[in-house]
Amino acid sequence: METVDLSKAQPVELPDTIQVGPVVAHGHTLATVTDKIANVVLRRKIGFGWVFGLLIVFGIMQLLVVSAGWLFIKGVGVWGINIPVGWGFAIVNFVWWIGIGHAGTLISAILLLLNQSWRNSINRFAEAMTLFAVACAGMFPILHTGRPWLAYWLMPIPNTMSLWPQFRSPLDWDVFAVSTYLTISLVFWYVGLIPDLASLRDQAKKRYQQVTFGILSLGWRGSAFHWSRFEKASLLLAGLSTPLVVSVHTIVSFDFAVGIVPGWHTTIFPPYFVAGAIYSGFAMVLSLMIPVRKFYGMEDFITMRHLNNMAKLTLATGSVVAYGYIMEAFYGWYSANTYEFFMIKNRMLGPYAPAYWTLILCNVITPQFLWSKKIRTSPFTLWVISLVVNVGMWLERFVIVVTSLHRDFLPSSWQMYYPTIWDIFTYVGTIGFFLTAIFLFIRVLPMISIFEIRMLLPSVAREKAAVKQPVQEPVQ
Amino acid sequence: MIVEQPDIHGIMAEFSSAEELIDAVKAARDAGYHKMDAYSPVPVEELHDLLHIHDNRVSLFTLIGGLCGTATGFGLLSWTSSLAYPLNIGGRPLISVPMFIPITFETTVLFAGLTAAISMIWLNGLPMPYHPVFNVDRFANASRNKFFLCIEAEDHKFDRKKVADFLQSLDPDEVTEVAN
Repeated sequence: METVDLSKAQPVELPDTIQVGPVVAHGHTLATVTDKIANVVLRRKIGFGWVFGLLIVFGIMQLLVVSAGWLFIKGVGVWGINIPVGWGFAIVNFVWWIGIGHAGTLISAILLLLNQSWRNSINRFAEAMTLFAVACAGMFPILHTGRPWLAYWLMPIPNTMSLWPQFRSPLDWDVFAVSTYLTISLVFWYVGLIPDLASLRDQAKKRYQQVTFGILSLGWRGSAFHWSRFEKASLLLAGLSTPLVVSVHTIVSFDFAVGIVPGWHTTIFPPYFVAGAIYSGFAMVLSLMIPVRKFYGMEDFITMRHLNNMAKLTLATGSVVAYGYIMEAFYGWYSANTYEFFMIKNRMLGPYAPAYWTLILCNVITPQFLWSKKIRTSPFTLWVISLVVNVGMWLERFVIVVTSLHRDFLPSSWQMYYPTIWDIFTYVGTIGFFLTAIFLFIRVLPMISIFEIRMLLPSVAREKAAVKQPVQEPVQ
Repeated sequence: MIVEQPDIHGIMAEFSSAEELIDAVKAARDAGYHKMDAYSPVPVEELHDLLHIHDNRVSLFTLIGGLCGTATGFGLLSWTSSLAYPLNIGGRPLISVPMFIPITFETTVLFAGLTAAISMIWLNGLPMPYHPVFNVDRFANASRNKFFLCIEAEDHKFDRKKVADFLQSLDPDEVTEVAN
């Protein structure tokens, strides 16, 4: 009888034809992994390319400063919003940004719970992206309130007028959902950073780096007692973040679905919004990681396997979104409701039809290329596709917000919506803010989780697998 | 027997792999040492049992934190809607439970998540800027590529000479005394 010696068991590896190469390039050791990632922060010279890029994106960020300043002076009238289209760019951008953030949480929390160890290479970067995207998202509703300096009234703060927010409104649920999301994402990110900050502290040669990382790492020693509680806390935070991320975009979709406007008042909105969020988020991760991986020589850690997996997830969530579009059209017809049917016809054939068909082209047709493995493993093509998807997802929110509002029940109140230059400046300015934050992040903190990459190394992973399996006595 | 009061924190041995560290901890336990700690650049699950780390307080505190969050969220909404600022909207109930669920859920997650992180840091005794193990120069590699076992002077069996000899017998890369 044939026997299997499980003590020599290896982690189950699918054949390379499916996996497209390893998670970490061959030949790395604990030391090389640590040095390679830490050196970007500690020793790499500040290059011309980085400074030049930072100056550009910092310049773009000034558009936000100027347009927000102008808004403070003149009020929301500088934007193109009107009655009936009271929501315009601000809400389109809010939903777009917050959706982008969701891929970070999916990668850091849900893939952790599902034991997808390949996510170890990209979770740090994706979480940073989440934080910056949520920060951008948060600005828009605040600017949109009209009197942003009173935005704290949204919080339940006891006041001399004895007034409280309307807790039954999805808009107030948003306040709680987004602020909780930002806080928990920040905490999860920081907890995951502690062991890496300790690595930086120990590898640093310059005094200011030793002091800074020494303070930030809180005196982490890598003791077995530390790791035990650390892993427990990480798992708990992942378990909490998973329903949280679903709740956030569900609540964002309630902003629409609880209203009675045609095209908004549907039960498909929560799942359709969550899938769209993750779809756009993965596209953004790809848009950012492909250049960063190239410029910082991180191909050893962010391998073809990662690009391939992320492309597959983009395709999968894109298919869910495509299903959502089909169902929206189907409901419009099947509901036999005059207004719903008019809304879908107006979307496809009305004045905003070009936006609708561009969105279908970007979000439904383009991702079909990802069925090809050749395209999934070609970084440049994948990068272009991810940019197209980002545009498509922005258009989706534009179509949902504007086409439903601009022609609702009464033809007498119909009105077209056109953004002004200040709408565009504010939006482009937040992209500048986002990219500025990313530029700074990759130089001051380890962009890849060092200790989690160590866990992916064959020497460590194999030991783990070998110890976990009970050793069976060979049967005679 | 009078045990000499040592003026050191302990004696530390350095290893190159997690497997060697696990074997060393096993040997130290078999030799009767109890007060010891293992340091590694990656979490090593097998050490939990060997070092008797069975601390579930992080989970417990997180549960308590989450329940406090539920109570806070639901309490805030119920109190404001029924006592502090009652609004009669078309005769609907003042405490409208379904409409309170989203915010209650968010406060639950917020409190539980913050408790998980804070209790992890606090139970680990952090922030702790100074610790004797940092006196060992090579300990900087504990966050890079080396694995350390430190038998602490508080152990009732601790004897400078014997512990050093014992650790030396485990075939480590280096054995060092850890100044206090």
